[in-house]
Amino acid sequence: MAEITLDNLTKRFPDGYEAVKDMSLEIGDGEFVILVGPSGCGKSTALRMIAGLEDITDGELRIGGEVVNQIAPKDRDVAMVFQNYALYPHMSVRENMAFPLKLAGIADDEITKRVEEAAEILDLSPHLDRKPANLSGGQRQRVAMGRAIVREPKAFLMDEPLSNLDAKLRVQMRTEVARLQQDLETTTVYVTHDQTEAMTLGDRVAVMRAGVLQQVGTPAELYSQPRNIFVAGFIGSPAMNFLPARIEDGTAKLPFGDVPIPEDAGKLESGREVIAGIRPESFEDAALVGDARDRGHTFDARIDLVESMGSELYAYFKIEAEAIRSADLDELAADVGAEDLPSSGEGQIVARLDAASEVRRGEQAELWVDATKLKLFDPQSGETLTAAG
Amino acid sequence: MQRSSREYTIWTVGLVALLAFALLPVLWIVSLSLKRPAQVGDGRFIPQEVTFQNYNSLFEGGLDSPLLRPLINSIGIALIATVIAIVLASFAAYAIARLDFPGKTAILAGALAVAMFPPISTVGPLFDMWRALGIYDTYPGLIIPYLTFSLPLAIYVLVAFFREIPWDLEQAAQVDGATPFQAYRKVIVPLAAPGVFTAAILVFIFCWNDFVFAISLTSSPEGAQTVPAALAFFTGDESQFTAPTASISAAAVLVTIPIIIFVLIFQRRIVAGLTSGAVKG
Repeated sequence: MAEITLDNLTKRFPDGYEAVKDMSLEIGDGEFVILVGPSGCGKSTALRMIAGLEDITDGELRIGGEVVNQIAPKDRDVAMVFQNYALYPHMSVRENMAFPLKLAGIADDEITKRVEEAAEILDLSPHLDRKPANLSGGQRQRVAMGRAIVREPKAFLMDEPLSNLDAKLRVQMRTEVARLQQDLETTTVYVTHDQTEAMTLGDRVAVMRAGVLQQVGTPAELYSQPRNIFVAGFIGSPAMNFLPARIEDGTAKLPFGDVPIPEDAGKLESGREVIAGIRPESFEDAALVGDARDRGHTFDARIDLVESMGSELYAYFKIEAEAIRSADLDELAADVGAEDLPSSGEGQIVARLDAASEVRRGEQAELWVDATKLKLFDPQSGETLTAAG
Repeated sequence: MQRSSREYTIWTVGLVALLAFALLPVLWIVSLSLKRPAQVGDGRFIPQEVTFQNYNSLFEGGLDSPLLRPLINSIGIALIATVIAIVLASFAAYAIARLDFPGKTAILAGALAVAMFPPISTVGPLFDMWRALGIYDTYPGLIIPYLTFSLPLAIYVLVAFFREIPWDLEQAAQVDGATPFQAYRKVIVPLAAPGVFTAAILVFIFCWNDFVFAISLTSSPEGAQTVPAALAFFTGDESQFTAPTASISAAAVLVTIPIIIFVLIFQRRIVAGLTSGAVKG
């Protein structure tokens, strides 16, 4: 076990494309860190640099205090789980898991012992003599995990290990991965494009975009104090709503009314154009708010669509506003598909309301927005104007 | 149902016709090889009386018999050429499939050009060169030209197979602690086995069947004369003025047998789907 330090890592491909730009990240011993971002953001490249499968163009990578830039993958003592599992098809489950141990020259009876222990943990004991071709997706995934854990390596590197599983199995394996990591206390770097996975699994989450590390923090930090509009839009589901706003005398003029600027916003001069970010759960049916009414703003909206999730309602409504232009938002929209990012162009807002709410599709409803949860972003740089995260 | 049974009939008729086309000459040769030389021209498909005299005479006299030495030469030369070709071709094909290096397409194009080259046009120069170098009528004298023509073929077959193997497997092996060569030997080669055997069979058959080089670059069974060349020098069994048809037929049947055995052994390895289960999908 060991800590992993990325010191200004850069990856430049021969064609000049920079997949990872000047990335610095410290991963503590036993920590579970998630690299998350849309496809092509360089997260897999960063992971592969840690594994030694990609050369490091610039910067320094240390595993357990030792600089490993020039060390071959086999000598880095890290185990990797690949997105497509990369099981050896000509070997049985047992042989697959024993392969790294055999290469390390470990005695046969010790290999048998460790493989059987790992198989026990992963529920693979009945399948040890089967070939990968005869296993289900979830079983294959567990074999891949098993091959990693038998080695007791310094670190686990996981490259979207769950993305090939169906939704139900993915949730199940997610818990299993988390449990396994907690039991083994092995430093783990986990790459995913799925923000839900990132939020639920990691001790800390590192959000990347276009090769640049955007923000590193606990899931709660990223959610409540996003450093820029990209992180704000990427983390959370349904995504944060973005609206154009203008600052005037300590209030933000939003399309549905004036909302006082939160205290943490600091001084913002009047007349400044900003982008306001409001999470869906910052809205509520005004009828259900009660005492909190004072710290927010109530307004009327015509509800276009209501989706009931049982425990909560998603209400969609439109606002009269020009579409917001921002490179960050464009990229988010391209990644998740515009329909998942409600306010990217249509001026559509999604509000998450209590299940007790009686809003109806096609009817006017009085909604309330919590002013203290308002986020403000600079339209040019995308940086937050409320509370440095 | 109607349609599928009609299709079935058409397929059956077609396949029977194809089998007859391919197998009748073989059966005819078997039939000839079992006849007495005097009855070779009798036009009967089934010999009036079956004799193994033709086979016996091929091996009469031990090492000095007409067929034994050429047979040993054939097997030796074909096996050695196959092994060398497969080892070299698998390295070359691996590099071509995996690595990016300047001149990659030139190598493939060059290999293809060599394979297209008419062998007969190289025979004259080779004859002179081999005699000057002293490898005329020796194993290397045949193995070298065989390699020239079989390597491109083997490289082509293997490149296609190597490209099918997910690269992740090799990287997984490297992360698992394998040196590049261990990853190649323990992961890539076993997975490429169907391709390796396919290539090996093609190379072996090419060497086994060759007549042009064998007849031109060898002169004696004690040297490197192979079976196809030796057959050309057969004389009649009873006198040198009778046509050696029956003996040649017997020898032809015999030289077909190793190929059949070779293919039967390896066809079990040439099964598709060996890589299934490696990766999702």
